[in-house]
Amino acid sequence: MLLETKNLTKRFGGLIAVNNVNFSIERGKINAIIGPNGAGKSTFFNLISGFHKPTAGQIIFKGEDITHLPANKRAKLGIARTFQTTHLFEQSTVLDNVIIGHRLRTSSTLFDAIFRTKRLKREEAQCKEKAMEVLEFVGLTDAAHKIVANISQEEKKRAAFALALATDPEVILLDEPAAGVNPDETEGLEELIVKMAEYGITVCLIEHKMQMIMKIAHKIMVLNYGEKIAEGTPEEIKNNEIVIQAYLGGSAIA
Amino acid sequence: MIAVLKQKKIAALAILFALAFPLLIPNNYYLHMMTLSFIWMIAVYGLNLLAGYTGYLSLAHAGFFAIGAYTLAILTVKAGLNFWLAFFLSCVISSFIGFLVGLVALRTKEHFFAIYTLCVGYIIYLVIDKWDSLTGGVRGFIGIPSPANIGPISFQTPVSQYYLVLFFLLLVVFVMYRIVYSLTGRTYIAIRNSEELALTIGISTMKDKLVSFVLSIFFTSLAGALYASFIRFLGPDIGYISVMFDLLIFLLVGGIGTMSGPVVGTLLMTSISQQLQFLQDYRMLIFGPILTLLVIFYPRGVVGGVIHWKTKRTENNRDSRVGKISSHSSNEKQVKEG
Repeated sequence: MLLETKNLTKRFGGLIAVNNVNFSIERGKINAIIGPNGAGKSTFFNLISGFHKPTAGQIIFKGEDITHLPANKRAKLGIARTFQTTHLFEQSTVLDNVIIGHRLRTSSTLFDAIFRTKRLKREEAQCKEKAMEVLEFVGLTDAAHKIVANISQEEKKRAAFALALATDPEVILLDEPAAGVNPDETEGLEELIVKMAEYGITVCLIEHKMQMIMKIAHKIMVLNYGEKIAEGTPEEIKNNEIVIQAYLGGSAIA
Repeated sequence: MIAVLKQKKIAALAILFALAFPLLIPNNYYLHMMTLSFIWMIAVYGLNLLAGYTGYLSLAHAGFFAIGAYTLAILTVKAGLNFWLAFFLSCVISSFIGFLVGLVALRTKEHFFAIYTLCVGYIIYLVIDKWDSLTGGVRGFIGIPSPANIGPISFQTPVSQYYLVLFFLLLVVFVMYRIVYSLTGRTYIAIRNSEELALTIGISTMKDKLVSFVLSIFFTSLAGALYASFIRFLGPDIGYISVMFDLLIFLLVGGIGTMSGPVVGTLLMTSISQQLQFLQDYRMLIFGPILTLLVIFYPRGVVGGVIHWKTKRTENNRDSRVGKISSHSSNEKQVKEG
Protein backbone atom coordinates (compact mmCIF):
# COMPACT_ATOMS: atom_id res chain seq x y z
CA MET A 1 0.00 0.00 0.00
CA LEU A 2 1.56 3.24 -1.17
CA LEU A 3 -1.10 5.83 -0.59
CA GLU A 4 -4.15 5.62 1.57
CA THR A 5 -7.11 7.84 2.28
CA LYS A 6 -9.02 7.57 5.53
CA ASN A 7 -12.59 8.87 5.74
CA LEU A 8 -11.69 11.52 3.19
CA THR A 9 -14.44 14.13 2.86
CA LYS A 10 -14.74 17.33 0.87
CA ARG A 11 -17.66 19.70 1.11
CA PHE A 12 -18.23 22.69 -1.14
CA GLY A 13 -20.82 24.65 0.78
CA GLY A 14 -23.83 22.35 0.98
CA LEU A 15 -22.54 19.94 -1.65
CA ILE A 16 -20.63 16.90 -0.50
CA ALA A 17 -18.28 16.17 -3.40
CA VAL A 18 -16.36 13.39 -1.70
CA ASN A 19 -17.95 11.62 1.24
CA ASN A 20 -16.05 9.49 3.71
CA VAL A 21 -13.93 7.64 1.16
CA ASN A 22 -11.46 4.99 2.29
CA PHE A 23 -9.24 3.97 -0.55
CA SER A 24 -5.76 2.62 -0.97
CA ILE A 25 -3.48 2.83 -3.97
CA GLU A 26 -1.54 -0.41 -4.26
CA ARG A 27 2.16 -0.12 -4.97
CA GLY A 28 3.20 -1.04 -8.51
CA LYS A 29 -0.41 -1.65 -9.63
CA ILE A 30 -2.76 0.17 -11.95
CA ASN A 31 -5.53 1.56 -9.76
CA ALA A 32 -8.59 3.01 -11.45
CA ILE A 33 -11.36 5.28 -10.25
CA ILE A 34 -14.58 5.27 -12.22
CA GLY A 35 -17.99 6.78 -11.78
CA PRO A 36 -20.62 8.82 -13.58
CA ASN A 37 -20.01 12.50 -14.34
CA GLY A 38 -20.04 14.56 -11.17
CA ALA A 39 -19.31 11.56 -8.97
CA GLY A 40 -16.39 13.34 -7.33
CA LYS A 41 -13.52 11.62 -9.13
CA SER A 42 -11.67 14.77 -10.05
CA THR A 43 -12.23 16.26 -6.62
CA PHE A 44 -10.78 13.09 -5.14
CA PHE A 45 -7.70 13.56 -7.35
CA ASN A 46 -7.42 17.20 -6.34
CA LEU A 47 -7.49 16.14 -2.71
CA ILE A 48 -4.72 13.59 -3.19
CA SER A 49 -2.53 15.94 -5.21
CA GLY A 50 -3.05 18.83 -2.82
CA PHE A 51 -5.18 21.26 -4.81
CA HIS A 52 -8.06 21.09 -2.38
CA LYS A 53 -7.86 20.86 1.37
CA PRO A 54 -10.09 18.08 2.68
CA THR A 55 -12.94 19.02 5.00
CA ALA A 56 -12.25 15.89 7.02
CA GLY A 57 -10.18 12.76 6.86
CA GLN A 58 -6.57 11.90 6.24
CA ILE A 59 -4.23 11.15 3.37
CA ILE A 60 -1.30 8.88 4.19
CA PHE A 61 1.60 8.50 1.78
CA LYS A 62 4.20 5.85 2.65
CA GLY A 63 3.13 5.97 6.27
CA GLU A 64 3.39 9.75 6.47
CA ASP A 65 0.41 12.04 6.97
CA ILE A 66 0.40 14.46 4.02
CA THR A 67 -3.13 15.83 4.52
CA HIS A 68 -1.92 19.39 5.01
CA LEU A 69 1.05 19.51 2.64
CA PRO A 70 0.83 21.90 -0.34
CA ALA A 71 0.80 20.47 -3.86
CA ASN A 72 4.41 21.32 -4.71
CA LYS A 73 5.74 19.54 -1.60
CA ARG A 74 3.68 16.45 -2.46
CA ALA A 75 5.29 16.48 -5.90
CA LYS A 76 8.68 16.42 -4.21
CA LEU A 77 7.65 13.40 -2.17
CA GLY A 78 6.88 11.58 -5.41
CA ILE A 79 3.24 12.23 -6.29
CA ALA A 80 2.85 13.38 -9.90
CA ARG A 81 -0.32 14.10 -11.82
CA THR A 82 -1.62 15.04 -15.22
CA PHE A 83 -4.69 17.11 -16.10
CA GLN A 84 -7.64 16.39 -18.38
CA THR A 85 -6.52 19.26 -20.53
CA THR A 86 -2.78 18.94 -20.87
CA HIS A 87 -1.89 22.55 -19.88
CA LEU A 88 1.27 22.41 -22.01
CA PHE A 89 2.82 25.59 -23.40
CA GLU A 90 1.68 25.45 -27.02
CA GLN A 91 4.19 27.90 -28.52
CA SER A 92 7.20 26.05 -27.20
CA THR A 93 8.85 22.77 -28.20
CA VAL A 94 8.00 19.46 -26.54
CA LEU A 95 11.51 19.26 -25.08
CA ASP A 96 11.34 22.76 -23.60
CA ASN A 97 8.03 21.84 -22.00
CA VAL A 98 9.41 18.69 -20.42
CA ILE A 99 12.80 20.00 -19.21
CA ILE A 100 11.20 21.97 -16.38
CA GLY A 101 9.71 18.75 -15.00
CA HIS A 102 12.98 17.85 -13.33
CA ARG A 103 13.39 21.30 -11.76
CA LEU A 104 12.17 20.08 -8.38
CA ARG A 105 15.19 17.75 -8.14
CA THR A 106 17.62 20.64 -8.71
CA SER A 107 18.68 23.42 -6.38
CA SER A 108 20.18 26.21 -8.49
CA THR A 109 18.94 29.69 -7.62
CA LEU A 110 18.73 33.12 -9.16
CA PHE A 111 22.35 33.68 -8.12
CA ASP A 112 23.44 30.59 -10.09
CA ALA A 113 21.52 31.87 -13.09
CA ILE A 114 23.09 35.33 -13.11
CA PHE A 115 26.65 34.04 -12.66
CA ARG A 116 26.12 30.86 -14.70
CA THR A 117 27.79 28.73 -12.05
CA LYS A 118 29.00 25.18 -12.53
CA ARG A 119 26.05 23.95 -10.53
CA LEU A 120 23.61 25.57 -12.94
CA LYS A 121 25.36 24.10 -15.99
CA ARG A 122 25.45 20.67 -14.38
CA GLU A 123 21.79 20.82 -13.39
CA GLU A 124 20.71 22.11 -16.79
CA ALA A 125 22.45 19.17 -18.42
CA GLN A 126 20.81 16.87 -15.89
CA CYS A 127 17.33 18.26 -16.63
CA LYS A 128 17.85 17.93 -20.36
CA GLU A 129 19.10 14.39 -20.01
CA LYS A 130 16.10 13.50 -17.86
CA ALA A 131 13.76 15.09 -20.40
CA MET A 132 15.24 13.08 -23.27
CA GLU A 133 15.05 9.94 -21.15
CA VAL A 134 11.35 10.36 -20.37
CA LEU A 135 10.56 11.41 -23.93
CA GLU A 136 12.13 8.17 -25.10
CA PHE A 137 10.11 6.29 -22.50
CA VAL A 138 6.82 7.71 -23.82
CA GLY A 139 7.94 7.35 -27.45
CA LEU A 140 8.28 11.02 -28.36
CA THR A 141 12.01 11.23 -29.12
CA ASP A 142 11.31 12.20 -32.71
CA ALA A 143 8.86 14.92 -31.70
CA ALA A 144 11.18 16.48 -29.09
CA HIS A 145 11.89 19.56 -31.18
CA LYS A 146 8.38 20.05 -32.55
CA ILE A 147 6.22 22.93 -31.39
CA VAL A 148 3.47 21.60 -29.13
CA ALA A 149 0.77 23.40 -31.16
CA ASN A 150 1.73 21.25 -34.15
CA ILE A 151 1.53 17.79 -32.58
CA SER A 152 -1.53 15.55 -32.26
CA GLN A 153 -3.77 15.27 -29.22
CA GLU A 154 -2.35 11.83 -28.46
CA GLU A 155 1.22 13.18 -28.65
CA LYS A 156 0.22 15.99 -26.29
CA LYS A 157 -1.05 13.39 -23.84
CA ARG A 158 2.26 11.57 -24.11
CA ALA A 159 4.15 14.82 -23.58
CA ALA A 160 2.08 15.50 -20.45
CA PHE A 161 2.94 12.00 -19.17
CA ALA A 162 6.60 12.74 -19.91
CA LEU A 163 6.44 15.96 -17.92
CA ALA A 164 4.94 14.13 -14.96
CA LEU A 165 7.52 11.33 -15.26
CA ALA A 166 10.38 13.86 -15.32
CA THR A 167 9.61 14.62 -11.66
CA ASP A 168 10.77 11.08 -10.75
CA PRO A 169 7.45 10.10 -9.22
CA GLU A 170 6.54 7.00 -7.25
CA VAL A 171 2.89 7.36 -8.04
CA ILE A 172 1.37 9.07 -11.05
CA LEU A 173 -2.23 10.26 -11.08
CA LEU A 174 -3.69 10.36 -14.58
CA ASP A 175 -6.89 12.36 -15.02
CA GLU A 176 -8.71 10.93 -18.06
CA PRO A 177 -5.54 10.13 -20.00
CA ALA A 178 -7.44 8.87 -23.04
CA ALA A 179 -10.06 11.62 -23.32
CA GLY A 180 -10.29 13.09 -26.81
CA VAL A 181 -8.12 10.40 -28.34
CA ASN A 182 -9.27 7.98 -31.05
CA PRO A 183 -9.55 4.19 -30.40
CA ASP A 184 -6.28 3.24 -32.14
CA GLU A 185 -4.35 5.84 -30.24
CA THR A 186 -6.09 4.82 -27.01
CA GLU A 187 -4.47 1.41 -27.38
CA GLY A 188 -1.08 3.07 -27.66
CA LEU A 189 -1.72 5.00 -24.45
CA GLU A 190 -2.92 1.80 -22.75
CA GLU A 191 0.38 0.13 -23.60
CA LEU A 192 2.24 3.14 -22.24
CA ILE A 193 0.33 3.04 -18.94
CA VAL A 194 1.03 -0.68 -18.59
CA LYS A 195 4.67 0.02 -19.35
CA MET A 196 4.81 2.62 -16.57
CA ALA A 197 3.43 0.14 -14.06
CA GLU A 198 5.88 -2.52 -15.21
CA TYR A 199 8.65 0.01 -14.80
CA GLY A 200 7.68 0.25 -11.13
CA ILE A 201 5.65 3.44 -11.12
CA THR A 202 2.33 3.11 -9.36
CA VAL A 203 -0.52 4.36 -11.52
CA CYS A 204 -3.86 5.74 -10.43
CA LEU A 205 -6.22 6.85 -13.17
CA ILE A 206 -9.66 8.27 -13.77
CA GLU A 207 -11.15 7.18 -17.04
CA HIS A 208 -14.48 6.91 -18.80
CA LYS A 209 -13.37 4.39 -21.42
CA MET A 210 -14.61 1.16 -19.84
CA GLN A 211 -12.91 -1.21 -22.26
CA MET A 212 -9.58 0.30 -21.44
CA ILE A 213 -10.14 0.20 -17.67
CA MET A 214 -11.37 -3.38 -17.68
CA LYS A 215 -8.34 -4.42 -19.69
CA ILE A 216 -5.52 -2.77 -17.79
CA ALA A 217 -6.66 -2.01 -14.22
CA HIS A 218 -5.71 -4.30 -11.37
CA LYS A 219 -8.10 -2.65 -9.00
CA ILE A 220 -11.11 -0.40 -9.47
CA MET A 221 -12.98 1.90 -7.14
CA VAL A 222 -16.43 3.14 -8.14
CA LEU A 223 -17.64 6.49 -6.91
CA ASN A 224 -21.22 7.72 -7.09
CA TYR A 225 -22.45 11.00 -5.56
CA GLY A 226 -19.11 11.27 -3.77
CA GLU A 227 -19.42 7.92 -2.08
CA LYS A 228 -17.53 4.73 -2.69
CA ILE A 229 -20.08 2.17 -3.83
CA ALA A 230 -17.74 -0.62 -4.82
CA GLU A 231 -14.11 -1.63 -4.93
CA GLY A 232 -12.44 -4.67 -6.43
CA THR A 233 -10.95 -6.36 -9.46
CA PRO A 234 -12.41 -5.66 -12.92
CA GLU A 235 -14.25 -9.00 -12.76
CA GLU A 236 -15.87 -8.15 -9.46
CA ILE A 237 -16.87 -4.69 -10.63
CA LYS A 238 -18.36 -6.05 -13.85
CA ASN A 239 -20.66 -8.35 -11.91
CA ASN A 240 -21.49 -6.00 -9.08
CA GLU A 241 -25.24 -5.33 -9.01
CA ILE A 242 -24.98 -1.93 -7.33
CA VAL A 243 -22.48 -0.70 -9.89
CA ILE A 244 -24.56 -1.91 -12.80
CA GLN A 245 -27.63 -0.17 -11.42
CA ALA A 246 -26.04 3.07 -10.32
CA TYR A 247 -23.47 3.55 -12.98
CA LEU A 248 -24.41 1.58 -16.03
CA GLY A 249 -28.13 2.05 -15.66
CA GLY A 250 -28.84 -1.68 -15.61
CA SER A 251 -27.67 -2.31 -19.18
CA ALA A 252 -24.81 -4.54 -20.25
CA ILE A 253 -21.25 -3.32 -19.90
CA ALA A 254 -20.03 -1.45 -22.93
CA MET B 1 22.40 26.97 -34.06
CA ILE B 2 22.55 29.31 -37.04
CA ALA B 3 19.65 31.28 -35.64
CA VAL B 4 21.51 31.77 -32.35
CA LEU B 5 24.64 32.97 -34.15
CA LYS B 6 22.53 35.35 -36.20
CA GLN B 7 20.86 36.68 -33.05
CA LYS B 8 24.25 37.25 -31.44
CA LYS B 9 25.37 39.12 -34.54
CA ILE B 10 22.34 41.39 -34.44
CA ALA B 11 22.86 42.02 -30.72
CA ALA B 12 26.57 42.79 -31.28
CA LEU B 13 25.71 45.21 -34.10
CA ALA B 14 23.11 46.94 -31.92
CA ILE B 15 25.63 47.34 -29.09
CA LEU B 16 28.27 48.68 -31.51
CA PHE B 17 25.76 51.17 -32.88
CA ALA B 18 24.82 52.27 -29.36
CA LEU B 19 28.50 52.72 -28.48
CA ALA B 20 29.21 54.72 -31.63
CA PHE B 21 25.99 56.76 -31.49
CA PRO B 22 27.45 59.92 -29.83
CA LEU B 23 30.23 59.97 -32.46
CA LEU B 24 27.90 59.32 -35.40
CA ILE B 25 25.28 61.87 -34.37
CA PRO B 26 26.97 64.58 -32.28
CA ASN B 27 23.69 66.31 -31.48
CA ASN B 28 22.84 66.97 -27.84
CA TYR B 29 19.10 66.78 -28.41
CA TYR B 30 19.26 63.31 -29.94
CA LEU B 31 21.73 62.24 -27.29
CA HIS B 32 19.31 63.39 -24.60
CA MET B 33 16.41 61.53 -26.24
CA MET B 34 18.51 58.39 -26.58
CA THR B 35 19.67 58.48 -22.95
CA LEU B 36 16.09 58.93 -21.81
CA SER B 37 14.97 56.02 -24.01
CA PHE B 38 17.63 53.81 -22.44
CA ILE B 39 16.28 54.67 -19.00
CA TRP B 40 12.75 53.72 -20.09
CA MET B 41 14.14 50.51 -21.59
CA ILE B 42 15.58 49.48 -18.22
CA ALA B 43 12.18 50.04 -16.61
CA VAL B 44 10.46 48.11 -19.40
CA TYR B 45 12.88 45.20 -18.93
CA GLY B 46 11.85 45.17 -15.29
CA LEU B 47 8.20 45.02 -16.28
CA ASN B 48 8.97 42.37 -18.89
CA LEU B 49 10.53 39.99 -16.36
CA LEU B 50 7.31 39.96 -14.35
CA ALA B 51 4.59 40.52 -16.95
CA GLY B 52 6.31 38.87 -19.91
CA TYR B 53 8.05 35.90 -18.37
CA THR B 54 6.23 35.21 -15.11
CA GLY B 55 2.79 36.14 -16.39
CA TYR B 56 1.82 38.71 -13.76
CA LEU B 57 0.87 42.04 -15.29
CA SER B 58 1.78 44.64 -12.71
CA LEU B 59 0.43 48.16 -13.07
CA ALA B 60 2.35 49.45 -10.06
CA HIS B 61 5.68 49.74 -11.80
CA ALA B 62 5.48 53.47 -12.53
CA GLY B 63 4.97 53.86 -8.78
CA PHE B 64 8.13 51.90 -8.06
CA PHE B 65 9.96 53.86 -10.75
CA ALA B 66 8.94 56.98 -8.81
CA ILE B 67 9.94 55.46 -5.47
CA GLY B 68 13.40 54.71 -6.89
CA ALA B 69 13.69 58.26 -8.23
CA TYR B 70 12.40 60.04 -5.13
CA THR B 71 14.42 57.87 -2.74
CA LEU B 72 17.59 58.87 -4.59
CA ALA B 73 16.54 62.52 -4.46
CA ILE B 74 15.74 62.44 -0.74
CA LEU B 75 18.85 60.47 0.22
CA THR B 76 21.23 62.72 -1.70
CA VAL B 77 19.64 66.13 -1.11
CA LYS B 78 17.98 65.82 2.29
CA ALA B 79 20.13 63.16 3.94
CA GLY B 80 23.32 64.23 2.16
CA LEU B 81 24.44 60.67 1.48
CA ASN B 82 27.19 59.77 -0.96
CA PHE B 83 25.65 59.52 -4.44
CA TRP B 84 26.46 55.92 -5.23
CA LEU B 85 25.47 54.70 -1.77
CA ALA B 86 22.16 56.56 -2.16
CA PHE B 87 21.81 55.09 -5.65
CA PHE B 88 22.23 51.56 -4.34
CA LEU B 89 19.98 52.18 -1.33
CA SER B 90 17.18 53.64 -3.44
CA CYS B 91 17.00 50.36 -5.42
CA VAL B 92 17.12 48.30 -2.23
CA ILE B 93 14.49 50.36 -0.39
CA SER B 94 12.14 50.31 -3.37
CA SER B 95 12.63 46.54 -3.73
CA PHE B 96 11.89 46.07 -0.05
CA ILE B 97 8.62 47.99 -0.39
CA GLY B 98 7.98 45.82 -3.45
CA PHE B 99 8.57 42.73 -1.36
CA LEU B 100 5.94 43.81 1.17
CA VAL B 101 3.46 44.65 -1.59
CA GLY B 102 4.24 41.36 -3.35
CA LEU B 103 3.44 39.30 -0.27
CA VAL B 104 -0.16 40.47 -0.55
CA ALA B 105 -0.52 41.22 -4.26
CA LEU B 106 0.76 37.84 -5.47
CA ARG B 107 -2.10 36.10 -3.70
CA THR B 108 -4.31 37.46 -6.45
CA LYS B 109 -4.20 36.49 -10.11
CA GLU B 110 -4.73 37.87 -13.58
CA HIS B 111 -7.17 40.83 -13.71
CA PHE B 112 -7.34 40.95 -9.94
CA PHE B 113 -3.57 41.26 -9.74
CA ALA B 114 -3.60 43.98 -12.39
CA ILE B 115 -6.32 45.93 -10.58
CA TYR B 116 -4.70 45.47 -7.19
CA THR B 117 -1.33 46.73 -8.46
CA LEU B 118 -3.05 49.58 -10.30
CA CYS B 119 -4.39 50.69 -6.92
CA VAL B 120 -0.97 50.30 -5.30
CA GLY B 121 0.56 52.42 -8.06
CA TYR B 122 -2.06 55.11 -7.58
CA ILE B 123 -1.58 55.13 -3.82
CA ILE B 124 2.19 55.60 -4.34
CA TYR B 125 1.42 58.52 -6.64
CA LEU B 126 -0.93 60.06 -4.06
CA VAL B 127 1.60 59.69 -1.25
CA ILE B 128 4.27 61.42 -3.35
CA ASP B 129 1.82 64.13 -4.38
CA LYS B 130 0.50 64.86 -0.89
CA TRP B 131 3.56 64.34 1.33
CA ASP B 132 4.75 67.87 0.80
CA SER B 133 7.44 68.01 3.47
CA LEU B 134 9.27 64.97 2.11
CA THR B 135 8.76 65.09 -1.63
CA GLY B 136 7.99 68.72 -2.35
CA GLY B 137 4.52 67.71 -3.51
CA VAL B 138 3.21 69.33 -6.67
CA ARG B 139 6.05 71.85 -6.68
CA GLY B 140 8.42 69.00 -7.41
CA PHE B 141 11.88 68.17 -6.19
CA ILE B 142 14.80 70.17 -7.54
CA GLY B 143 18.56 70.15 -7.14
CA ILE B 144 19.23 66.44 -7.46
CA PRO B 145 22.94 65.94 -8.11
CA SER B 146 24.14 64.26 -11.28
CA PRO B 147 26.07 61.02 -10.77
CA ALA B 148 29.21 61.44 -8.66
CA ASN B 149 32.63 60.75 -10.13
CA ILE B 150 33.93 57.22 -10.07
CA GLY B 151 37.66 57.69 -9.66
CA PRO B 152 38.83 59.89 -12.52
CA ILE B 153 35.61 59.46 -14.54
CA SER B 154 33.10 62.27 -14.18
CA PHE B 155 29.51 62.26 -15.38
CA GLN B 156 28.89 65.95 -15.97
CA THR B 157 28.70 65.95 -19.77
CA PRO B 158 25.76 64.55 -21.78
CA VAL B 159 28.08 62.09 -23.53
CA SER B 160 29.44 60.61 -20.31
CA GLN B 161 25.90 60.36 -18.90
CA TYR B 162 24.86 58.60 -22.09
CA TYR B 163 27.58 56.00 -21.61
CA LEU B 164 26.73 55.58 -17.93
CA VAL B 165 23.09 54.85 -18.71
CA LEU B 166 24.12 52.59 -21.59
CA PHE B 167 26.34 50.67 -19.18
CA PHE B 168 23.41 50.05 -16.84
CA LEU B 169 21.15 49.10 -19.73
CA LEU B 170 23.64 46.53 -21.01
CA LEU B 171 24.07 45.20 -17.50
CA VAL B 172 20.31 44.78 -17.10
CA VAL B 173 19.99 43.12 -20.52
CA PHE B 174 22.85 40.79 -19.65
CA VAL B 175 21.31 39.80 -16.31
CA MET B 176 17.91 39.36 -17.97
CA TYR B 177 19.44 37.15 -20.64
CA ARG B 178 21.18 35.00 -18.05
CA ILE B 179 17.97 34.63 -16.02
CA VAL B 180 15.63 33.93 -18.92
CA TYR B 181 17.86 31.25 -20.43
CA SER B 182 18.39 29.35 -17.18
CA LEU B 183 16.42 26.95 -15.02
CA THR B 184 15.15 29.96 -13.08
CA GLY B 185 13.80 31.53 -16.27
CA ARG B 186 12.22 28.25 -17.29
CA THR B 187 10.58 28.14 -13.87
CA TYR B 188 9.08 31.61 -14.41
CA ILE B 189 7.85 30.63 -17.86
CA ALA B 190 6.28 27.48 -16.38
CA ILE B 191 4.41 29.66 -13.88
CA ARG B 192 3.23 31.95 -16.69
CA ASN B 193 2.08 28.98 -18.73
CA SER B 194 0.05 27.34 -15.98
CA GLU B 195 0.44 27.90 -12.30
CA GLU B 196 -1.49 24.70 -11.54
CA LEU B 197 0.82 22.63 -13.69
CA ALA B 198 3.85 24.35 -12.15
CA LEU B 199 2.61 23.37 -8.68
CA THR B 200 2.15 19.73 -9.67
CA ILE B 201 5.71 19.51 -10.94
CA GLY B 202 6.95 20.69 -7.57
CA ILE B 203 7.62 24.38 -8.15
CA SER B 204 6.99 26.51 -5.07
CA THR B 205 5.19 29.10 -7.14
CA MET B 206 4.74 31.69 -4.37
CA LYS B 207 8.48 31.89 -3.68
CA ASP B 208 9.42 32.11 -7.36
CA LYS B 209 6.75 34.71 -8.08
CA LEU B 210 7.96 36.83 -5.19
CA VAL B 211 11.60 36.68 -6.33
CA SER B 212 10.56 37.62 -9.86
CA PHE B 213 8.37 40.46 -8.56
CA VAL B 214 11.10 41.93 -6.35
CA LEU B 215 13.78 41.65 -9.04
CA SER B 216 11.44 43.24 -11.55
CA ILE B 217 10.94 46.15 -9.16
CA PHE B 218 14.68 46.36 -8.55
CA PHE B 219 15.26 46.96 -12.28
CA THR B 220 12.44 49.47 -12.50
CA SER B 221 13.62 51.47 -9.50
CA LEU B 222 17.16 51.38 -10.91
CA ALA B 223 15.71 53.10 -13.96
CA GLY B 224 13.94 55.55 -11.65
CA ALA B 225 17.16 56.42 -9.80
CA LEU B 226 18.96 56.96 -13.13
CA TYR B 227 16.08 59.16 -14.28
CA ALA B 228 16.34 61.32 -11.16
CA SER B 229 20.07 61.87 -11.58
CA PHE B 230 19.75 62.48 -15.31
CA ILE B 231 16.78 64.88 -15.38
CA ARG B 232 17.63 66.30 -11.91
CA PHE B 233 14.05 67.44 -11.37
CA LEU B 234 11.17 65.27 -10.18
CA GLY B 235 7.44 65.88 -10.18
CA PRO B 236 4.81 63.47 -8.83
CA ASP B 237 3.70 62.88 -12.43
CA ILE B 238 6.48 60.32 -12.97
CA GLY B 239 4.52 57.95 -10.73
CA TYR B 240 1.24 58.64 -12.49
CA ILE B 241 -0.80 56.09 -14.41
CA SER B 242 0.05 57.66 -17.78
CA VAL B 243 3.72 56.74 -17.24
CA MET B 244 2.63 53.22 -16.36
CA PHE B 245 0.71 52.94 -19.61
CA ASP B 246 3.67 54.35 -21.54
CA LEU B 247 5.84 51.56 -20.14
CA LEU B 248 3.16 49.02 -20.95
CA ILE B 249 2.75 50.29 -24.51
CA PHE B 250 6.54 50.15 -25.08
CA LEU B 251 6.46 46.55 -23.89
CA LEU B 252 3.39 45.54 -25.90
CA VAL B 253 4.59 47.13 -29.13
CA GLY B 254 8.09 45.66 -28.81
CA GLY B 255 6.91 42.26 -27.69
CA ILE B 256 5.90 41.07 -24.24
CA GLY B 257 7.94 38.08 -23.13
CA THR B 258 10.70 38.58 -25.71
CA MET B 259 14.32 39.42 -25.06
CA SER B 260 14.66 42.37 -27.45
CA GLY B 261 11.05 43.61 -27.20
CA PRO B 262 11.73 46.41 -24.67
CA VAL B 263 14.50 47.90 -26.86
CA VAL B 264 12.49 47.71 -30.08
CA GLY B 265 9.25 48.95 -28.53
CA THR B 266 10.78 51.86 -26.65
CA LEU B 267 12.82 53.07 -29.63
CA LEU B 268 9.89 52.70 -31.99
CA MET B 269 7.37 54.43 -29.77
CA THR B 270 9.58 57.28 -28.59
CA SER B 271 10.73 58.09 -32.12
CA ILE B 272 7.23 57.90 -33.62
CA SER B 273 6.01 60.01 -30.75
CA GLN B 274 8.73 62.58 -31.54
CA GLN B 275 7.89 62.60 -35.23
CA LEU B 276 4.22 63.19 -34.51
CA GLN B 277 4.93 65.93 -31.96
CA PHE B 278 3.14 68.53 -34.15
CA LEU B 279 -0.14 66.65 -33.72
CA GLN B 280 0.00 67.16 -29.93
CA ASP B 281 -2.52 65.02 -28.09
CA TYR B 282 -4.24 64.04 -31.33
CA ARG B 283 -1.37 61.57 -31.68
CA MET B 284 -3.47 59.25 -29.56
CA LEU B 285 -6.01 59.07 -32.39
CA ILE B 286 -3.31 57.35 -34.42
CA PHE B 287 -1.75 55.31 -31.62
CA GLY B 288 -5.03 53.91 -30.31
CA PRO B 289 -6.17 52.02 -33.43
CA ILE B 290 -2.62 50.88 -34.28
CA LEU B 291 -2.17 49.48 -30.79
CA THR B 292 -5.52 47.71 -30.90
CA LEU B 293 -4.68 46.09 -34.23
CA LEU B 294 -1.25 45.11 -32.97
CA VAL B 295 -2.63 43.43 -29.86
CA ILE B 296 -5.18 41.53 -31.96
CA PHE B 297 -2.85 40.35 -34.72
CA TYR B 298 0.53 40.34 -32.98
CA PRO B 299 -0.10 39.67 -29.32
CA ARG B 300 3.63 39.36 -28.76
CA GLY B 301 4.47 42.61 -30.50
CA VAL B 302 6.85 43.34 -33.35
CA VAL B 303 9.56 40.99 -32.10
CA GLY B 304 7.06 38.23 -31.34
CA GLY B 305 5.69 38.60 -34.86
CA VAL B 306 9.15 38.18 -36.39
CA ILE B 307 9.89 35.14 -34.21
CA HIS B 308 6.57 33.54 -35.15
CA TRP B 309 7.21 34.12 -38.86
CA LYS B 310 10.71 32.65 -38.58
CA THR B 311 9.72 29.50 -36.69
CA LYS B 312 6.95 28.92 -39.20
CA ARG B 313 9.42 29.25 -42.05
CA THR B 314 11.96 26.84 -40.53
CA GLU B 315 9.20 24.37 -39.71
CA ASN B 316 8.02 24.54 -43.32
CA ASN B 317 11.55 24.01 -44.57
CA ARG B 318 12.11 21.04 -42.30
CA ASP B 319 8.81 19.47 -43.26
CA SER B 320 9.37 19.95 -46.96
CA ARG B 321 12.80 18.38 -46.61
CA VAL B 322 11.34 15.34 -44.90
CA GLY B 323 8.58 15.42 -47.46
CA LYS B 324 5.66 15.35 -45.09
CA ILE B 325 2.41 16.53 -46.53
CA SER B 326 0.99 17.00 -43.07
CA SER B 327 2.80 20.29 -42.57
CA HIS B 328 0.16 22.19 -44.42
CA SER B 329 -2.69 21.06 -42.25
CA SER B 330 -0.72 21.49 -39.03
CA ASN B 331 0.20 25.02 -39.94
CA GLU B 332 -3.38 25.80 -40.73
CA LYS B 333 -4.28 24.49 -37.33
CA GLN B 334 -1.67 26.67 -35.72
CA VAL B 335 -3.04 29.71 -37.45
CA LYS B 336 -6.52 28.92 -36.24
CA GLU B 337 -5.39 28.35 -32.68
CA GLY B 338 -2.90 31.18 -32.51
